[in-house]
This record gives sequence, structure tokens and C-alpha cells, in this order.
Amino acid sequence: MAAHPRRKTPSLRVRRDAPVWVQAIRRGDPFVWLTGSALTASMLMIVGILLLIIVNGMGSMWPKELVRIETDEGTPFLGQIERRETIPGYVEEGGGGERFLMRIANRDLYGIDFRWFDESEVVAREKPEDALVAERLEWGPFNGFLVELRLPGETIAADGIWDRFQREIDAAHDRYGRIEEVEEEEVGRINEEIESARLAIREIELEGIADTPEGRRRIAALREEVDRWTAEYEQLRERLGELRRADEEYRVVLRSVRGEVRDYAISHIVRAYRPNEMGIPGKVGIYLSRLWEFVSQDPRESNTEGGIFPAIFGTVLMTLIMTIAVVPLGVLAALYLREYAKQGPIVSAVRIAVNNLAGVPSIVFGLFGLGFFAYLVGGAIDSTFYPERLPSPTFGGGGLLWASLTLALLTVPVVIVATEEALAAVPTGIREGSIACGASKFQTVTRIVLPSAAPGIMTGAILAMARGAGEVAPLMITGVVKLAPELPLDGTFPYLHLERKFMHLGFHIYDVGFQSPNVEAAKPMVYATTLLLILIVVLLNLTAIIVRNKLRDKYKTGAFG
Amino acid sequence: MDRTIIEDEPRVSRPTRETRGHELELEGLPPDVEKLDPAVEVKELSLWYGESQALFDVNMRIPERMVTAFIGPSGCGKSTLLRCLNRLNDLIPGVRISGTVRIQGEDIYGSGIDVIALRKRTGMVFQKSNPFPKSIYENVIYGLRIDGQNRRSVLDEAVERSLHAAGLWDEVKDRLKESAMNLSGGQQQRLCIARAIATEPEVLLMDEPCSALDPIATARIEALITELRETYTVVIVTHNMHQATRVSDYTAFFYLGNLIEFGPTKKIFQKPDKKQTEDYVTGRFG
Ligand SMILES: Nc1ncnc2c1ncn2[C@@H]1O[C@H](COP(=O)(O)OP(=O)(O)OP(=O)(O)O)[C@@H](O)[C@H]1O
Ligand SMILES: [Mg+2]
Repeated sequence: MAAHPRRKTPSLRVRRDAPVWVQAIRRGDPFVWLTGSALTASMLMIVGILLLIIVNGMGSMWPKELVRIETDEGTPFLGQIERRETIPGYVEEGGGGERFLMRIANRDLYGIDFRWFDESEVVAREKPEDALVAERLEWGPFNGFLVELRLPGETIAADGIWDRFQREIDAAHDRYGRIEEVEEEEVGRINEEIESARLAIREIELEGIADTPEGRRRIAALREEVDRWTAEYEQLRERLGELRRADEEYRVVLRSVRGEVRDYAISHIVRAYRPNEMGIPGKVGIYLSRLWEFVSQDPRESNTEGGIFPAIFGTVLMTLIMTIAVVPLGVLAALYLREYAKQGPIVSAVRIAVNNLAGVPSIVFGLFGLGFFAYLVGGAIDSTFYPERLPSPTFGGGGLLWASLTLALLTVPVVIVATEEALAAVPTGIREGSIACGASKFQTVTRIVLPSAAPGIMTGAILAMARGAGEVAPLMITGVVKLAPELPLDGTFPYLHLERKFMHLGFHIYDVGFQSPNVEAAKPMVYATTLLLILIVVLLNLTAIIVRNKLRDKYKTGAFG
Repeated sequence: MDRTIIEDEPRVSRPTRETRGHELELEGLPPDVEKLDPAVEVKELSLWYGESQALFDVNMRIPERMVTAFIGPSGCGKSTLLRCLNRLNDLIPGVRISGTVRIQGEDIYGSGIDVIALRKRTGMVFQKSNPFPKSIYENVIYGLRIDGQNRRSVLDEAVERSLHAAGLWDEVKDRLKESAMNLSGGQQQRLCIARAIATEPEVLLMDEPCSALDPIATARIEALITELRETYTVVIVTHNMHQATRVSDYTAFFYLGNLIEFGPTKKIFQKPDKKQTEDYVTGRFG
């Protein structure tokens, strides 16, 4: 064999002939740094938002200590310090110093809840042990001191007054709760009876038989019924008045830091505590009781106090109804698009249109929902089924059903796209296997294709839920209100009242944050509500994800599938 | 189930068929296909995928209760022909067919044919095992379920019979409710065979059933085919020449969409009439 000249092979060692930065660019290091920093920036922003919301939302319910300050004018104030900041502006013009915001409360006395104080005007400060915060049903909290309890037949001003006060608050809540129960149930029942009798009369009039003897007889009977109920209502009102008067005999006398003395019905005090003498366990107790109030009670004081239960309820119920509406609709539409329609330019056009639907501003969907669902469909329902209630609308205005359907329309592209992808991912092999077994197309779709696509469909439902639960704009015009008198689900037939207006956390945030007369007092509510909305969305999604993973385990397609 | 086979007996000369055979050139050849009852009769079958023709004027009589193998280079139309026999090609848009295919004398492309009923009479096993994402039990009885059969006793009986026949019963009898996806590749393929025979079809179509399997699983399935021959007409597509000689009675050789030669397996592999066939089976093809 002829000897070939040995070919010179390039060395495998790393070349160090170029400057370090050139080598780095060659390896593509800057690109890695770029991608890394982009991810870090996104993460930081998200974590920042979450932290801000969590800290402010969770912290707002912690009982802060009461501070008594005296200004150089000699006026004393008692309140909680909310936050401090450096005064903006030049030192010569009074800037540069510190100032702090204090919740001085007692809105019924001072007219304002919050006040800024410059550090320089404060001449004395202390934390009186016996200073108390009494949260009231009206006028917000009262900061001051306990003077005495005026109970029927006795006045307590001496030792043990604080413990007795706490016991009396509990007792008063029981009393008050019973009164409210009577009010809601009995009065509600009577009102309903009167209303239905009134509607029955109206129905007879609409039928045009009011002037026949039969009609006259029936109307007279109904009128009598109304009178009977009205009499009963009067009786009940009297009884309630008595109960209230008896309840108001239990009073507490409080004194503000400036010496004003006021007495309040104990049942109007939500809770009272002395933050300065409280240990951590006591504060935790107050914290938890406030938290519970927040998630379980109705709002008070134009939504700046109390709880947000109706909004939680409305959000969850609306999201569920929306999901129930959107999933079948989207899945059926996707099934037709992917399985039955002849693939061609028309189907592609439809697909593009569906995808673009997701980009239409949500307020447009809201307008459509209002115009189509509420006015057109709802109006038709009203004139067909509820003519006696007109002109006040039943289904002919915004309501839970129309809001849910509007959101279903808004989120249906998400479900269609996800379902189509899931259907396309079902292997041809098992479809052909089913057909070869003698299954019809319908049997193949329902027994093989849909179950295999179920996890993907669930993913679409999850995305739709997440999108729908956080949407506000279309709801504002299709049925959400700042304060709904009744929950859409209650004990009166037909239990689920789809026509009712409802409250929603997203709208609540907007309303409390930007429409509230008392911005400072509303701030903690905004954060807490936001946190709750996020939690609910996470919770709904988590449930859906767990269901999806269960399905995935059940229908997983193996390596040979 | 009682399924004893006598392994020593030369399979190509079963006594029942022997009487009909004559004019044999090679020793122990089965009779000429033209003289047997055909299970499937293909006449002048041509098929187009859109513009391109995949089958050209195929004529063949697939004999009843025998194993017929389709061989030929990749892309020559074996799968296409197989899928014509249960009209699975109907699913592919743009397929056009001329000619006739008769199963037990009935033209399956004729008017008034119930395709569903046809597919119930022709079980199919695919190259890639395709169990449904359901339990083993539900996989086997899928064909019965879609017929509306829900009687527990019937279903149980079908599961046991089919799994026995597919040689899978002993391995899975304690885990019938488990997902079929947890089975090994070979077990999945045998499950698909069980599924295909659960409805007791007349013809069993198998498209390279062993191509993804190891030699042991392959041997099991070959033994199974030998057993199935007692009851079913089997058509098997294979790339494995040894497999064709081991399991089949008759072999058809295809090339570029044409049926080149069809006859007893022994003849095709030892003394084919056509030069092309000889080149292919001896590996001189190219
Ligand atoms: N769905 C289809 N659309 C268009 N052409 C197809 C389709 N399926 C198969 N063909 C073509 O038809 C011809 C025959 O294909 P077929 O699958 O029958 O071959 P085969 O003999 O089974 O090959 P292999 O041994 O590789 O499986 C090939 O040329 C192939 O490209
Ligand atoms: Mg093939």
C-alpha cells in the first residue's frame, strides 16, 4: 500500500488566540445572559406584585397599637400610625422632615378618619394601656376609653368592666342576630306573599277578565289576602320595634381622647379591643376574627368596612356557570371543526376568525351581551313569561345568567383552540383501530377520541376559567353591582336566581379603590380583596388541574400508543 | 379452551385439503389457489391516492382458512391492498378505487353495503400496536360494547376466550381492570389481536404485526397465527421472509403496485415463476 502523506489535523484544544470577550461572543455567552436576565426580570416583577399584595392584604387586619400624641397647639389625638414618609420639598420651605399618617377614627366626631402629622409639631407621645378601639357598624372605629356600661337595671363603672363589656358584646350579637333573622325571614316571607298576590291581580288584569264576575271575585279574594298580610306585617313591625328598643337599652359609654363622651348601643359594636395591653395571642385572635368577618360578612359603610362574602360568592358562582356554559359549547364547536367539517379554506377562515375573537376588547363583548342577551333575549323572555312584572325587568336587564353567558362567549375561543389541539393530538392509530373494530364515527369520537382528549380539553377549561374569573369590564354592564341586596342563591324557590344582579371581586376592587369616599380606609380592603381574588382563581385552577391530572393518568397514551 | 396443535405434522399438507391437490411439482405443495374456495376475491383492483396510482389491476383469490402472506419492497402497496379489504381507505380523503373486492361472494364496494357490518367481519391488527386508553378488559370487548352487548356473562366469556386465543390470558388474568397502556409492547400487540378476534370475524388482516417486537414475542405471535388458521382466514403483511415461510400457506409478491406472483409459499420461495420474485426472495433485489 502506498503511504499517504499524513494529513494535518486541527487540535481539539480550546483556542485561546482571541480576546476573552470575543471568545465569549463566539460561545454565545451574552445570549445566555440575555435570556437569563429576561426571565429574572419577569420573575421579579411577578414576585414583586405578589409580595406587595400579600404583605398589604394580610397585614391590613393586624391590630396596630394606639398612640396618644399632643401637638404644639395642645390638642391630643389618639390613633394608629399607618405609615411615615419624608416630607417632599426643600428644607427651607418646610420639606425634608418626617411626617406620619394616623388613623384618628371617630368619624362621627371629627368628620375625618385619617390625618397627617409633621413629626416637628408633635410635643408629646405615649401609649395609654387602657386605650381601646371599638369597631362600630356605623361611622367606622371609635378610638378612646371605656367609661361605663349602662345595662337595664344596673350601671357598671368599676372593676371587671372590661371583661363584662366583652361578654355583653357577645350577648348583644346574639340578640341582634335573632332580630335580624326575624326581619329577614318573616318580613321577607310576608313581602313575598304580598308581591305574589299583587302580581296575580296584575295577571288577571292583563288577561282582560278583571271586569267579569269571576275576575272580580278572584281580585277581591286576592285583595283580602293582601290586607291580611299587611296587617300581619304591621304586627311584626311592632314586635320588631319592641325588640329593638329592648336591645338599645344595653349601652356602652365611651370617651374620646379630647373628653367627648358618647354612648352607643352595645349591639352596634362589632368588636372592641385594647391593642396596647394585648399580647401576641390576643392580637392573633383579633386578626383571625377580622379575617373571618372579611370573608364571611356583608360589606358595610359603602364597602369600606365589613366583609366581601357576597362578592366571593358571586365570583365563584359566575365562574362556575360560565364554565358550565363554555365547555360544552367550545367542545362541540371544536369537534365539528376538527372531526366533521371538510378541511379547506372555509374551515381555515373560521379557525382564524375564532382565534381573532380572543383579541376583541372585552368591553365589546359586554356591549354585545347587554344588547343581545339582556335586551333582546331577556326582553323576549320577560314579555312572554313575566308580563305582569313589567315595566320592571326580570331577565330584561343585566343579571347573573347574562353576565356568565357573556363571559362564556368571551372565553369560548380559548376552549375551541385547546380542544382542537387536543383532538389533533389523538393518534390516528387508535382512531383507525376503533373504526376497524366496526365502530361508527360517532362511537369512535365519543368512546375513544373525546376521553383521550379530555386532559387537553380540561386545560382549555382551566385557561377559560382563569380568564373569566379576572374579567371586569364586560361584567360592569351585564349585571354586576357595587352592592347587591340579595345573593343569587338562597332558600326561596327556585333557589338559583339567575336573573339577579350580583357582586364580583374584580368590580369590588375597582369600586372600593376608586369610587370610595374614604380612600385611606378603603386601601386595606383593596389589597385584601385583590389577594382573595388571586387566591380564588388559584384555587379554581388548582381544582381543575387536579381533575385534569387524574384524567391524564386514566387516559395516558403509552409509548406504543 | 382446548386448542391442541400437532407440531410435527407438516402444515402445508393438512389431510382435509390434500385430497383436492394434484399436479404438484414440488413435494407437499398445497393445491392451486384457483381450486380453493376464496374467502376474499379481488378483481381488477386499482387505487389512486389523489393523482398517484398505488395499485394496478390486482387480481387474486385469497383462500379460506389459510394464511396468506403479502411480501414486497417498501411502498409497493401491501398495506394499501390490505386496507382495501375492510374499506379502511375510506377514511383517507382523495382515495379513488376501481374494480371489485368480494368477501364470501359479496361485493364490498357495491351499493347498499353496510361498511360497519363489513368491518365487524374483518378484524385488523396494525403494525404499531394501538390499544385504547382503557382497561385491558374494555379493550378486548370494545367491538362487543359498540354492538350494545352489555351482558356480563357474554363479555366475560369473550374476554377469556380472546385472551386465551391471543396467548395473553395467563399474563393478564389478574389485572384485567388495569390500563392497557401499562402492558409491554409485545403484550399490547397480542391484546390488539385479542381485540380483533373478540367479535369472531371471518377474516383477520394483519399489517406487519411483529415489526416492533423482539424474537420471543414474534415467535409467540407466529405460533398464534398458526393456531388462528384453524378458525380464521388470515392475511399477513410481512417484510420478514422467514416469517412468511414459517407461517403462511400462500404468498403474494407485490412490486410497485402490481401483483407479480401469487402461489403456494413453498413454490414462491423455492421455485418462483418470475425472475423478479426470485431476485426478491433470494435477496438479490435492487
Ligand atoms: N395516505 C396516503 N396518501 C398518499 N399516498 C399514500 C398514502 N398511503 C400510502 N401512499 C402511497 O401509496 C404507496 C403504497 O403505500 P403502502 O403503504 O401501501 O406501501 P407498503 O407496501 O405497505 O409499504 P411498507 O412496507 O413500507 O409498509 C406508496 O407509494 C405510498 O407513498
Ligand atoms: Mg405498510
